[in-house]
Amino acid sequence: MSLIEVKNLTKEFPLGFLGRIKLKAVDNVSFELDESKLISVIGESGSGKTTIGKLILRLLKPTGGQIIFNGKDIKSFKPKDYYRNVQGIFQDPYSSFNPVYKIDRIFELVFDEFMPQLHRNQRQKEIEEILISVGMNPSQILGKYPHQLSGGQLQRILIARTLLLKPKVLIADEIISMLDASTRVDILGFLGELKQKGMSVIFITHDLSFGYYISDETIILYKGSIMEMGDTIKVFHNPMHPYTRMLLESVPSIEKKWDLEKFFVPEIVHKEISGCKFYERCSEATDECKRQVPQLVEIEENHRVACIKSDVSVRTEWKNFESSRKSDSVG
Amino acid sequence: MSDVVLKVKSLKVYYSTLHGNVKAVDDVDFEIVRKEVLGIAGESGCGKSTLGNALILLKPPMRYHGGEAIMDEKNLMTLPKKEMRKVRYRKISIIPQYAMDALNPTKKIREIMQDLLKEHGENLEKKLDIVDERLQIVNLPKAVLNMYPVELSGGMKQRVVMVISTLLNPDLLIADEITSALDVSSQKAVVQMLHRMKEERIVGSIAFVTHDLAVLYQIAQRIMIMYAGKVAEISPTEKIVNQPLHPYTKMLMASLPKMGVRYNEIKLKGISGYPPNLLNIGPGCRFMGRCPFAFELCTKDPPLFDIDGRKVACWIYRSEGDEI
Repeated sequence: MSLIEVKNLTKEFPLGFLGRIKLKAVDNVSFELDESKLISVIGESGSGKTTIGKLILRLLKPTGGQIIFNGKDIKSFKPKDYYRNVQGIFQDPYSSFNPVYKIDRIFELVFDEFMPQLHRNQRQKEIEEILISVGMNPSQILGKYPHQLSGGQLQRILIARTLLLKPKVLIADEIISMLDASTRVDILGFLGELKQKGMSVIFITHDLSFGYYISDETIILYKGSIMEMGDTIKVFHNPMHPYTRMLLESVPSIEKKWDLEKFFVPEIVHKEISGCKFYERCSEATDECKRQVPQLVEIEENHRVACIKSDVSVRTEWKNFESSRKSDSVG
Repeated sequence: MSDVVLKVKSLKVYYSTLHGNVKAVDDVDFEIVRKEVLGIAGESGCGKSTLGNALILLKPPMRYHGGEAIMDEKNLMTLPKKEMRKVRYRKISIIPQYAMDALNPTKKIREIMQDLLKEHGENLEKKLDIVDERLQIVNLPKAVLNMYPVELSGGMKQRVVMVISTLLNPDLLIADEITSALDVSSQKAVVQMLHRMKEERIVGSIAFVTHDLAVLYQIAQRIMIMYAGKVAEISPTEKIVNQPLHPYTKMLMASLPKMGVRYNEIKLKGISGYPPNLLNIGPGCRFMGRCPFAFELCTKDPPLFDIDGRKVACWIYRSEGDEI
């Protein structure tokens, strides 16, 4: 049984005069998260990735669909019980802290709320242990105010704070995008370690290269719908959706150069279309795509794509890649 | 005519605060040549944005503390305000980091452009054809001219600023973190637009300031790596990526994710520790505290060594005859 099961999740936000227009931020999204897995949810701004995170954290109420945790609808949990198991960290470490509280107080609050019976000395010991486990020196952190610390340090403290509760699921929403390159991989490394210790992580990001580096599974979102999902290696090395391919082509990398002459400017238009949501930006679209809403279809084991043209057979490059990987692991 | 568009020599720009001077740009040397894209990269707080902004406008608490930035035989740093107004936009221009907030909300885009042109003795009506062409490059309709900034999305505003900043065909354009707030697909589009502006000679050279080395790899011919207010290394882009010299550059490159490298198989490593406080920097190399190669000499400030036309500020690269 999976730890978290998202079933046909939908969230609409009212827009316009008296909210008569509805914006579907999340549109019929389903996925499962198993224990000790790291899944990345990747999409551009406005794709609904943060909304999904907030829905799972119960910060928003879904318009439709269900989220199941441990076999029960998350609505049926008491907040305290739920948050002991499911925790979130967000993009901006600076705004996640109360500037007038010392760092110690941030940890104390967690104890007061969830483990009030714990003795003072025991608390202190746990705080220090957890700070060391995220690579920090407690004596340099405790007693300081948030403004005396850097973004990378604050983000580590937030991770440490969540770890005090030993939650089963962690929602990490763009936690590295405000950090410097030199600290990003270290923060990601903690997520990887936590996963290996049995925690499940939903890693929300717009950065494909870091998603690829860290996650077991990947979900590609566009305008609230899943375009492609499955095993990270399959999605990245055998992308079947034109959107995934476009994203992968535009990832800046030190290994390949963009074709700067070939001009293409994306424009996000919030317009209801009856067919495929990616129709307007798709270079491979046909008239059929305008009419038909593509369904997620499994094209190989643990790899699903929502594109009516994806039934073409698995590409040969990918077959070669996969067989070379297999022989590598055997050798 | 010399090929050097901008020559910066021992430039010092500090922020004056109650606690003393924050040495954001401390003794920086570099050149930008004609038709070149120079990437300026580094961690937050390394002084890269301060450097870009100081060349355009020395706004308090930013203070000039010495050195020079020569453009057309004039030192931009000591140019009287009135003269600098003539140089700005025409010789040297900037696309600021928060381009989305750079437009006056009470004026139509047309009026903002008109103001700028008037300042330089030109008229928008006579330039409408050019404006139209430029808007096409950044994929905006002509109708934006009659719109107010609030009517445009963040990305559109940034592209309007790109047009305004380059309206007078500057010899040097400073692009300050213009891709940082964008999605991957828009990042690519913005870089393509800049590239096209350069190809069509709308802008001469570009100083592309960003923390994202992967973006710089796409467009820059040379990259300057800054660390804690100083230049760590200046090298051609391919060299920075494939054969970095400075330990800091090496560690930065090693921390970038690559295709085929996944956490489950290979663990990448960041750089432990933090940059020094620019308010109170001790003597010696500023990277010393985080550098795995640090040795006795590093307690002295390293000069910029010249290695096959590349520049690197690290004692490892001293040669026999060098004075220490």
